[in-house]
Order: sequence, then structure tokens, then C-alpha cells
Amino acid sequence: MAADAAAFRAEARAWLEANCPPSMRTPMPDDEVVWGGRRASFKNPDSKLWLERMAAKGWTVPTWPRDYGGGGLSDAEARILEEEMRRLNCRSPLQSFGIWMLGPVLLEFGTEAQKAAHLPRIARGEIRWCQGYSEPEAGSDLAGLKTRAVLQGEHFLVNGHKIWTSYANFADWIFCLVRTDPSAKKHEGISFLLIDMDDPGVRTRPIRLISGASPFCETFIENVRVPQENLVGGLNNGWTIAKKLLEHERKMIASIGERQRGAERSLAALAKAYAGERDGRVADAVLRDRIAQHEIDQRAFRLTQRRAAEEAKSGSPGPASAMFKYYGTELNKRKFELLLHCVGTQALGWQGDGFSRDELRIAREWLRSKANSIEGGTSEIQLNIIAKRVLGLPD
Amino acid sequence: MALTLDADTALIRDTAFDFFAKRSPVSALRKLRDDKDALGFSLPLWRQMVELGWAGFLVPEAHGGSDFGCLGLGQVLEAAGRTLAASPLVATALIGASALALAGSAAQKAAHLPALAKGERLVALALEEGPHHAPYRIATAARRAGTGFRLEGEKRLVLDGHVADLLIVAARSSGTADERGGITLFLVPADAAGVARTRSVMVDSRNAALVRLDGVELGEEAVLGRVDAGAEVLDPVLDRARAGLAAEMLGSAAEAFERTVQYLKDRKQFGVPIGSFQALKHRAAAMFCEIELARSAVVAALAALDAGGDEASALASLAKAKAGDALFLVGNEGVQMHGGIGMTDEHEIGFFLKRARVAQASFGDGAFQRDRYAALMGY
Repeated sequence: MAADAAAFRAEARAWLEANCPPSMRTPMPDDEVVWGGRRASFKNPDSKLWLERMAAKGWTVPTWPRDYGGGGLSDAEARILEEEMRRLNCRSPLQSFGIWMLGPVLLEFGTEAQKAAHLPRIARGEIRWCQGYSEPEAGSDLAGLKTRAVLQGEHFLVNGHKIWTSYANFADWIFCLVRTDPSAKKHEGISFLLIDMDDPGVRTRPIRLISGASPFCETFIENVRVPQENLVGGLNNGWTIAKKLLEHERKMIASIGERQRGAERSLAALAKAYAGERDGRVADAVLRDRIAQHEIDQRAFRLTQRRAAEEAKSGSPGPASAMFKYYGTELNKRKFELLLHCVGTQALGWQGDGFSRDELRIAREWLRSKANSIEGGTSEIQLNIIAKRVLGLPD
Repeated sequence: MALTLDADTALIRDTAFDFFAKRSPVSALRKLRDDKDALGFSLPLWRQMVELGWAGFLVPEAHGGSDFGCLGLGQVLEAAGRTLAASPLVATALIGASALALAGSAAQKAAHLPALAKGERLVALALEEGPHHAPYRIATAARRAGTGFRLEGEKRLVLDGHVADLLIVAARSSGTADERGGITLFLVPADAAGVARTRSVMVDSRNAALVRLDGVELGEEAVLGRVDAGAEVLDPVLDRARAGLAAEMLGSAAEAFERTVQYLKDRKQFGVPIGSFQALKHRAAAMFCEIELARSAVVAALAALDAGGDEASALASLAKAKAGDALFLVGNEGVQMHGGIGMTDEHEIGFFLKRARVAQASFGDGAFQRDRYAALMGY
């Protein structure tokens, strides 16, 4: 077993060293992040090459079966691959809601035809997916959603209004929760539907946020005909899939601080640079204590993620994902509050002269981080889930 | 370095959990307290622990121990923390064994470790002099006297100090208070002339003592480690003490939390279980997260101590800080959530609150550990 692991590590290292272009081993600027899709653009041509090589190897989705474009690796091998990529500073070749959210539930609930149709295109970055969950009247009360899908012969006729659909304006397909039985109890009349956004009945409108960016959209669906074969997991069985997918989403958001790491300067380095240093220490004793508290919590959190991965019997995150979502996002928000504290007014610039590029990013990222504990289920919803499903406290 | 237990360690854990639950429930601590027991722990129970090999977990095999390591002893301490069990595990099996095994001369090891592993020699570290943990703030004087030394000073919060057979005394042989250099450790028989011990009755009903050293004459052979370089021994010993105490606090926090969650399910007000109220649910869920983080930190620290890498010191402080915070939170919330009954001496939840404060202060509270962590991380 240990010998196999060592052999795989050597093989992965050699392949990465031979195939990862040098520019793909440098910190990734925001405008070089690759999301794929029909309209994908590659500012750096090496990004395209790197994606193609990784996809051909199956390593954009290392643990998916080879038949669906994956690498067929075990969890342990995937961890080794991750470690080797980090060692070489390899960029992630593809960011994808298809990989993080839809893929795992298609693997669990999809028909053979659905898996064959969608998974390889996700793995190769050919189709970009977005998530049609929230509605204006269905936020934390997600199961109160109203988007209707009426079965008419071979097709569903879909009408509704989704909101907070991340990057919907760049997406090709949307996975949607729709109401298929309005007379049933609210959790029992929901279905999970895959919709091609090429249909002229689908329109998107970006929403400007407090950070100045527009990562979220409203998505309007008007009289869109969706083939019945795009129903995943059976009619009125959507809530089960919705919850499973949310577990994967929470796991993704929980690691938000992780993905932003790398080239960043540490809080302590920034505190020394902007707030002062004495005898090699952060001069402000209160700030130093707060940084240490945060670093201790962050490290204990990472250790807990690692322990959970070691203990996990299956690939499914389960109710523990609520803890990681809650704690990880609260930590990330705290990190940005501390970052502002360290950098002072140099972190509060919005545009123009007097601020470096990195300084100008801080205020916007700080504002963006406020969404972490709202999107994918608020912190309050996560605490409800822990109380009910982990602790067994009564309703 | 795995964060999950191997089969042998898991077996120790199961054995220890079962042992303390059956033979040393919280009521045993209450009885020691109410009886004003002179020892402050049960000798027959300690002999049973020794039979299970726990006293020798950090003692090398050559000296009659099993050298099983910190992760194994940590499981026992966590189990002891579950029931707030009083025993010489921390002072003798963890701290005493570590100091002697890490720094003892061949003669010192041979003289003390076999007896320690057999549970026949109890050890206490006489370190603290003030109300806050400050390992280098040592004024107790070790003056050269002939071929040996003469000790003068006073030590407080000496865990098991009044029952120990052997004291490990940190004294200043040169330099000034707060200086890391100039500290020397001495092995002092508890019955040596000039040693006076007074039990300190603490809020948690666990053992501690004041130790006065009034002209204690010692030979060169009493020095543990090297003269003036005691901090080199103290540091790794205190790392182990912090991680071990963190394990004990984790056990106490987990137990107090489970009892509190059960109470939230059982206690009815307004015609419903109080655990159905969101104001309490959210606080319970937040406590769950803190305990999970503390658990990961404790396992990582214990495993790092056994592996012997550079990370062990930082992880020990991290574990002590997290487990201390978790027990502090759960101790306070436990009493609040139990309401009026939680304020009574008859109910056991208050014992956890009392233990929390003493365990947190022992070998450095959260502020101390954060300061040390920052220093180790270079800021």
C-alpha cells in the first residue's frame, strides 16, 4: 500500500513536471482563471494547453471513473496528486460548478445516458454550468420555490424566476429545482431538471453587489420546453438531490479561504509592514493576539478538514459539511476584517492613485467575503442543520 | 502523520473510557472532596491504572515502561477528563516521566523510572512562583554550596506536590528573573531537610500544593540535565504537559457538552423541550464545532510530539489554546443551559466549570499560548 502510494507519487510528480507549462506554476491573476464553457476564452494560451493536457489525463476530475472523463484515482491517490500540484505550485486547470456540485450528484443519481451525456463535457471544460436554486421568495426557505415545470407529453414546460445564479451570464446549462406537484407538501413536489440555456426563453441579468462586482444574476425562464430525459432522480424526488448537492456546495464554499491562499502575504507580514514591527514582532500587542487567535483557529480548522477526510468512509460529505461551511466562512470573514485592521486606510481605497493593485483588491474582497456566510445556506441555516442532524435536537 | 487512531491506540482509548466511566465517575471526585481525603486521589484505583500500564507509557522499555507514547497516554487523559478523575497521571505519568526520560542521567533513570512505571514513586514539578504561568520567571535561588547547591524559595500550584515522593524543582542558578538561561532543574526528595509542603485546596478539588524550600542542601548528582540549561528540559516537558492537559480538557469538554445536549432534550418548559428553541440550538451547534476543532488540534499535537518534528511546540500551544477555549465555553454554557439546577452543588455540571478554569490556567492560559504560538511562527 505504502509502496503503491510512493510509486503513484513519483509518477504524478514526473508527469506534472513534464506537462505543466512554466507559466501555469505562477500565481493566477483573476483574469486568467479558467471556467471553460462554449464561450471560454483563454487570455494566456498556456491555460488552454494545461486544461487540455489535464483533461486528457482525466485529472480535472481525478476521482471520477475513466468512462466519464475522470482519472479513476482513489481518494488517497487524489490527495497525493493534490499535494504534488501544490508542491509545484500548479494552477488548478479548471474552476467548475459542474465539477464541484453537479458531477457528484449525477454520479450518484443520474441515468447512464445522463452520465454519458454530461460528465465528460464537464471534465473537459466544454460546458459551463450554473445553479438555479434560490428565488426571490425562496432564500433560506429554499423548498418554498415556485418555478413551475408542467409535464406536456415528452417535455416539461418551465416558467419561473431564479436569483443569485452565480455567473449565469457566462453559463451554458443550468441545473434547476422546479415545482412539479403544487398540491404536494412543499418538500415533496420538487424535481431536479437540467436546462440548456441556449433556449431564447432563458434570459439573465447580472446584479451589482456592494463589492462593485456582479458575480450573481437573476435568471428568467419563460415557456422553456425541456425534454423529459433531463429530469434527474425521478419526478418529485428533487429535494433529496437538492440536499445532496448542497452538501457538495457547502464543502466547496468551506474551502474558500484555502483557494485564495498561495501568493498572499500572511496577516502577520502585513501587520508588520503596515502597523509596525518591534524586535521582529508585530508591534501592536492586541493586533498580534488577534492574528494568533485567527491563525490558531484556521490551522485547527484545516486539521479538522483533514481528519474528516481521513475518517470519511464514502465520498459524501454528510451533515458535517454544515460545520465546515459555517466555520470556514466565518473564518474567512474574520480574516478579511483582520486584514483591514492590519492595512488600515490603505485597505479602504476604491480606485485610482495612492493605492497599489493589491491594496485596491482588499476592500472589494472584504465586501465579497460577506456573501460567504449567506450563499449556499446562511450560517444560521448551517447551525440549524448541525442542531437537528448531528445533535438530534427537536424541532 | 495520521489524525486517526491506529487499532492499538483505539483499543487503549476504549479500555480507558470504560475504566473511568465504571470505576471513577464524577461522584468519586465529589467523595474525595467531601471526605477531605488526605491523598486527593484513590490509591487502589491508581494501582489498577498502573496494572493497565498507563504509568509507564512514557517510560522507556529498558526502564520498565512500554514507551507507548504521548498519543496513547493522551487517550487515557481524555478518558480521565470525561469523568474529571483525580489521579497522578498528569504529574507523574506525563510530566515526571517525561522529565526523567528526556533529561535524566543513566543513574537518575535507573533510580527513578522503574519505580515510577510501577506506580510506586510519585513525582511533582515545582515550577510556578506567581499567579500566572511564566516558566522562566524564576526567583527560587540555587546557590553553590561546597560541591553542591543550596535552594531557597517558594513554589505554588505544584500539582500533587503534597503527595509526591520526588520533586523536580526549577531554580535560578544564574541570571535574572524572566531570563531563559540560568535555570537549573533539581531532583529533590520530598522528605529532604528544608522542604515544607502545604496542600492548596483549589476550586476544582484537585491536587496542588505550596512548596517551601528553606536551605535545602543538594549534591551535584541532584541536577537534572545541565546547570543553567534547565529551560532546554523544561520546554519539551511543558510541551507534553500542555498537550496532555489539552487532551484531558477535550474529554471534559466533550462530556459536559453531551450532558448539556441531553438536558436540552429532556428539560421541558412552555410545554416543549427547551432544545427546540433556536436561541439554544445555535449555541449548542457552535459548541459542537469548537469541540471538533479542539479534537483535531489535540490529536495533531500528541502525534507530533511522538514524531518529534519542529511542529510539536506550536501544535502543543495550539491544542492547549483550543481545548482550553472549548472547555471554558462549554463549562459556562453548560451551567447557563442547565439553569437553576446547574447552580446547585448537587448537580455535577458545575464540577466541569470549576475544573475548566484551573486546567486552563495550568501551564499557560489562552493568552499565554497565543503569545507563544506567535513567537514560534516568527511574529
